Amino acid sequence: MLPTAVSNDPLAGVAEFRDQFIRAYRFMLHARLLDERLASLYRSGKIFGGVFLGRGQEALSAGLGVCLRQGDVFAPLIRDAAGRLAFGEHMIDSIRTYLGSPLGPMRSRDGNVHRGRPKEGLLPMISHLGAMISVVNGMLMARRMQKRLGTSVGAACLGEGGTSTGAFHEALNQAGVERLPLVMVIANNQYAYSTPTNRQFACDNLVERAAGYGFDGHTVDGTDLGECLETLQKAVDNARSGRGPQMIVAPLLRLCGHGEHDDSSYIDPRLKQSELGRDCLEIAEQRLVAEGWLSGEEIGRSRSELLAAIDETISTVQRESAPNASAESWQALSTVSLRDMSSGTEMA
Amino acid sequence: MSITYLDAIREAQDRALKDDPRVFIYGQDVGAFGGAFKATKNLAAKYPGRVIDAPISEDAMVGAAIGAAIEGMRPIIEMQFADFSTVGFNQMVNHAATLYWRTGVPCPITIRLPSGGTSGGGPFHSQSLETIYAHFPGIVVMTPATVEDAYGMLLSAVAIDDPVIFCEHKYLYYHLKASSLPTESLPIGKARIARQGRDLTVVTYSAMVHECLAAAEVARDEGYEVEIVDLRTIKPLDTDTVVASVARTGRLLCVGEAWPWGGVSAEVIARVTAEAFDLLDAPPQRLNAKDTPVPYHPNLWAAHRPTAQSVAQSMLRLLRL
Ligand SMILES: Cc1ncc(C[n+]2csc(CCOP(=O)(O)OP(=O)(O)O)c2C)c(N)n1
Repeated sequence: MLPTAVSNDPLAGVAEFRDQFIRAYRFMLHARLLDERLASLYRSGKIFGGVFLGRGQEALSAGLGVCLRQGDVFAPLIRDAAGRLAFGEHMIDSIRTYLGSPLGPMRSRDGNVHRGRPKEGLLPMISHLGAMISVVNGMLMARRMQKRLGTSVGAACLGEGGTSTGAFHEALNQAGVERLPLVMVIANNQYAYSTPTNRQFACDNLVERAAGYGFDGHTVDGTDLGECLETLQKAVDNARSGRGPQMIVAPLLRLCGHGEHDDSSYIDPRLKQSELGRDCLEIAEQRLVAEGWLSGEEIGRSRSELLAAIDETISTVQRESAPNASAESWQALSTVSLRDMSSGTEMA
Repeated sequence: MSITYLDAIREAQDRALKDDPRVFIYGQDVGAFGGAFKATKNLAAKYPGRVIDAPISEDAMVGAAIGAAIEGMRPIIEMQFADFSTVGFNQMVNHAATLYWRTGVPCPITIRLPSGGTSGGGPFHSQSLETIYAHFPGIVVMTPATVEDAYGMLLSAVAIDDPVIFCEHKYLYYHLKASSLPTESLPIGKARIARQGRDLTVVTYSAMVHECLAAAEVARDEGYEVEIVDLRTIKPLDTDTVVASVARTGRLLCVGEAWPWGGVSAEVIARVTAEAFDLLDAPPQRLNAKDTPVPYHPNLWAAHRPTAQSVAQSMLRLLRL
């Protein structure tokens, strides 16, 4: 499917789409390879907590990331390694956070997917599903009050399970009331941990909720990068141009466990065989080759270059020293004069 | 001129809005209506676009405040009643409270909780929830007891770079009056000696300061001088001022309107016993609300929470030990 042309020259539109597709594909590949390396570190016991992969969701995630630009707000979730890279997160932030390096953005205090750089518009998720959306709203509201919203947008990601929270409902209603440039991306990967969709919600398609919140609703095949790019670009453009909040629902299948500890034996084999179970990375590669945009050799070269860069970054981080508990401030307040020096943790 | 505790809260917000363009107020009915208690009366008209009605979505209200703080604003959130803050609990204790520690980005938000009992309030419009917020690292909890502190501490709350839970007592809104607004105030985190005495230290805060002051007059009639420490902030807790007072009196009674289990009174007693056991001439005591939901009927309500009468009884019992 060809894109809606951005310029008047249809050939320029095609070239632009091709470039965006290739860019997004590289982030998908990078995320997939990084995820696989993190999974193997997990299996060899080198990671303290869990590892959560985005396998099968890279097209949607990278697609969103390349539609965003500097100055936007992005609140990724568990399975957004690809979108994060596309938004500009360096992979060393991910590796340092997984390995608990004090040099990472979370300084050993938080781990794995709970990372970000709020001042750069990349929000570090808290675990509580649905909680990030209203924070994005607040950032957009603040920018509007400060008269510097311009054409920036905020994007938030969530799984279909997270849409059952009160926080999701409150935040979407709030974005609708304030008519914010919020882009809400819902990856319906058919399972929330082990819970299938029929135990999660009762409507046919979650996008039906969009109207109730005053959002434009879009559904897109989450396994197809081309379609994801087209739909996400339209939604992001709508939000940028003041058309209010946008909801995108993308059916796909989680091609991994909930975390690497989970063998996901509960996933219905018929889903794996269905269209939903297609691997978005393979489909994107087939298209790249079919369109003549990248050759098999070029893809192979990208793969080895990315792997080398990932391995080098992992070795760098593995050489970094571990955090030192006695050097920690153990203070949760920023206001030095308000730190409670007698909090009962030590002998007076 | 006479200024109530509620006036002080409105005046402080007026001044914060006037002095600092980063300040805005967000809460249910706070706009043209001026708030359920009129704590934001006229402010929406005076500061257009900065006093904003929120949907009934406490979680999203606090979430939005966190986002606004990240973008450099200093939001004030009005909970309609402290009791409803529990719906925003997750954003407060898991998000606002952890942001600075996790990311190094401060979270300067003020959340106003109209707290405590009033006659006829019942189980869901009367709660004193300071303890549960104080339990979480990364939050400052203020409990002003005077008109002056309501004003000065609210201005400090907005100026502080950390999340502040501001527990303003509804019973004091109209009952408490001062002749003028203060021009200076004690530093945040310092307790105040509300009454000097030599025989017993009573540590309390918020509306209970006034019940304790009245009770101290009963004790005086019996020949005792009771010292009353108004904590002002319960987190941080000014242990030094408390211990210094106990050093003078040798006896400690803690009084709180909140429930007893694991509360402020328990914390104060734990600290004094650990840090100043040998200063105590008698076992430290505490008096709190009864361990039930807050009852509706005034007869039951008056018996549920500490009052001047029940505090006086506790004081005399401890003084005679
Ligand atoms: C409020 C909340 N409750 C429970 C959890 C535990 N939990 C973490 S991930 C998850 C499943 C999430 O499913 P979904 O939102 O569909 O996203 P997916 O994992 O499928 O990407 C659960 C239950 C949580 N993080 N937050």
